[in-house]
Amino acid sequence: MRPVQIAAVPIAAALIALAGPVHANKVFVSNEKGNTVTVIDSDTWEVLEEFPAGNRPRGITISPDGAKVYVAASDDDTVRVFDADTYQELYTLPSGPDPELFVLNHGGNPLYIANEDDNLVTVTDTESHTILAEVPVGVEPEGMGISPDGKWVVNTSETTNMAHFISTEDYQIKYNILVDQRPRYAQFTDDGTRLYVSSEIGGTVSVIDIAADGTPTLVDKIAFEVPGVLPEWLQPVGVKVTADGSRVFVALGPANRVAVIDGETLEVVDYIITGQRVWQLAFTPDQKYLITTNGNSNDVTVIDVAAEKAIRSVQVGQQPWGVVVAPD
Amino acid sequence: MTRIAALLLGAIAVLWLSAPARALEVRAAVLRVDTPTLAPISRLDAVPDDLGFAGAALADQDNGTTGQFLGQTYETRTLAVTPEEAEGALDGLLAEGIGLIVVLAGQEDLLRLADRAGADALILNARARDAALRDADCRANVLHVAPSAPMLADAIVQFAAWKKWSRALLVQGSNPPDRALGDAYRRAIAKFGLKLVEEREFEDTGGSRRTDTGHVLVQRQLPIFMQGARDHDIVLAADASDVFAPYLPYHLWDPRPVMGSGGLRPVTFHPALEAWGATQFQRRFEELTGRYIREEDYQVWLALRVIGESVVRTGAADPAALRDYALSDAFELAAFKGQPVTFRDWNGQLRQPILLYDGRINVSVSPQEGFLHQVSPLDTLGLDRPESSCDQFN
Repeated sequence: MRPVQIAAVPIAAALIALAGPVHANKVFVSNEKGNTVTVIDSDTWEVLEEFPAGNRPRGITISPDGAKVYVAASDDDTVRVFDADTYQELYTLPSGPDPELFVLNHGGNPLYIANEDDNLVTVTDTESHTILAEVPVGVEPEGMGISPDGKWVVNTSETTNMAHFISTEDYQIKYNILVDQRPRYAQFTDDGTRLYVSSEIGGTVSVIDIAADGTPTLVDKIAFEVPGVLPEWLQPVGVKVTADGSRVFVALGPANRVAVIDGETLEVVDYIITGQRVWQLAFTPDQKYLITTNGNSNDVTVIDVAAEKAIRSVQVGQQPWGVVVAPD
Repeated sequence: MTRIAALLLGAIAVLWLSAPARALEVRAAVLRVDTPTLAPISRLDAVPDDLGFAGAALADQDNGTTGQFLGQTYETRTLAVTPEEAEGALDGLLAEGIGLIVVLAGQEDLLRLADRAGADALILNARARDAALRDADCRANVLHVAPSAPMLADAIVQFAAWKKWSRALLVQGSNPPDRALGDAYRRAIAKFGLKLVEEREFEDTGGSRRTDTGHVLVQRQLPIFMQGARDHDIVLAADASDVFAPYLPYHLWDPRPVMGSGGLRPVTFHPALEAWGATQFQRRFEELTGRYIREEDYQVWLALRVIGESVVRTGAADPAALRDYALSDAFELAAFKGQPVTFRDWNGQLRQPILLYDGRINVSVSPQEGFLHQVSPLDTLGLDRPESSCDQFN
């Protein structure tokens, strides 16, 4: 993956030169208690706007063309779709009750939604605005990951403690893997050979290898330890992996840190201090920056990915939950 | 968790999943022994008919949803009986082959049932808080999901210590359970270095609680009862009989915070909790039952989740195997309290955070920051290993 990235940089730079002097992306942050979305400029890190986004906005994502922002308005039992430029609500999508996290298919359709209160994953067509399927899963579905080839959607159920592997061909569960208590998030590597699942109360990240035919095998569990921090506070939630798979970032909730894991040895190499109760993470498209949502300090932390250092924090709305960055 | 243990668990998980057809039927029961009681002081505390059973219904749903992926089914019988009927009901359950029994009863009834059930059954105590059950009167076949009175007293007194409100005035009721609760507070005061400046006993004269315009008398009499106390920072109320404590907060002589049976109360769960994913648990419960959750509902739910979790991880459903797993280092369970709950392997008590509740919001959670312990901060609450004379778990 590395050579491709390096080759891509001059091309991107050339495009920017044509388009304008500054290359920035919009960062969208959902504020669970404030019922808003905050928009931040990834170049200046200034807040551009804060707009109403429905009741209890949590999961947030963006269409591949960058035109539409999808927000899971949990207490409205719907997904609200906003224009990424004007921030006007365009329409809502049927989501099933209490949508929490979701993942968009790579092409932008359909949307796979975890319905926390109803033990379902709802598959919603983003063009026809209809529900294609409802997949019964374990208790309190939350984490939603999609394999790079789009053949698998993985849902984690927080009280059942499983990762459910749903085939996107027939929407049937093909595999279930038991993990530690309260799995929150599922993240594939870009090459699709590995899946990371965080367990908030178990305090671990399960490492699941994916065979060529899709068969998952639990191979390891990564634990965390920070001197001076009670083990009970090390609660893994959001997970992001660099494009080459060499670094895995894990948000540790009330420990107020993001763990940096070596993707090969699976050892924790560092802990980066963030704002308070850090949950979800998002890269900028060039993976130069990682943005964290800090629910108790009402801000986001910006991490320089190469340096593995926090470089600044930006105040957002009340209780930031999810974050997504617009594509280039 | 060690890598080997993790790999082992993974192997087990894949093993079952490759053979989901192997059905496992998990049958349990909730046995509630109802004794005649007076109506509570507040009508908000009126006891619903399905107390505890509602928690069982939710647990069956939760365990069953998980079980469908593993070929397991969960069915829990619920029985409400008088103390006289309790033994017959237990015999009936055992005869049906149901050996996993959650009991909602006082100490005496619980011990009677545990001794009758014998070693082939596993009793999960979801109500009785008596310290003796975790001490000299412990039983090998009883696991305590309900916290003990010392755990609850420690939770409150630890909070007072964190606040540096160190001078305590203890007011206890005159009934034996009130005095036992008073003992738990005296013990907690000594344990955390507070000062017991004075004690008073509120005589239960069978008074006219909840009578029409009763507040007129309460407002005149209670301050006089509390008059002339030595200087104190807090009032600790030990009122297991629900006679006077809820009236204390605004009817003291000196304006001081009330904790314990009135004012700030230590509880296992309450309907206002939203942290740690509790919101979705509250919603599931309310949708299923049409009311707010009570401590007994939560404790029964948790007891049945202990069973469900142990079944899922071991693939067994017999009481002995589940007891062994629950008491092992491998066991941990998420309980909407921000950290896993586990069992003390010396007396069968579930370690758990205790919520401090003012009747409206979650005020705090104990153990408090800075109270350390060589095993777990949770073991700063209740009887620690060297303090417990229980020898049934060796």
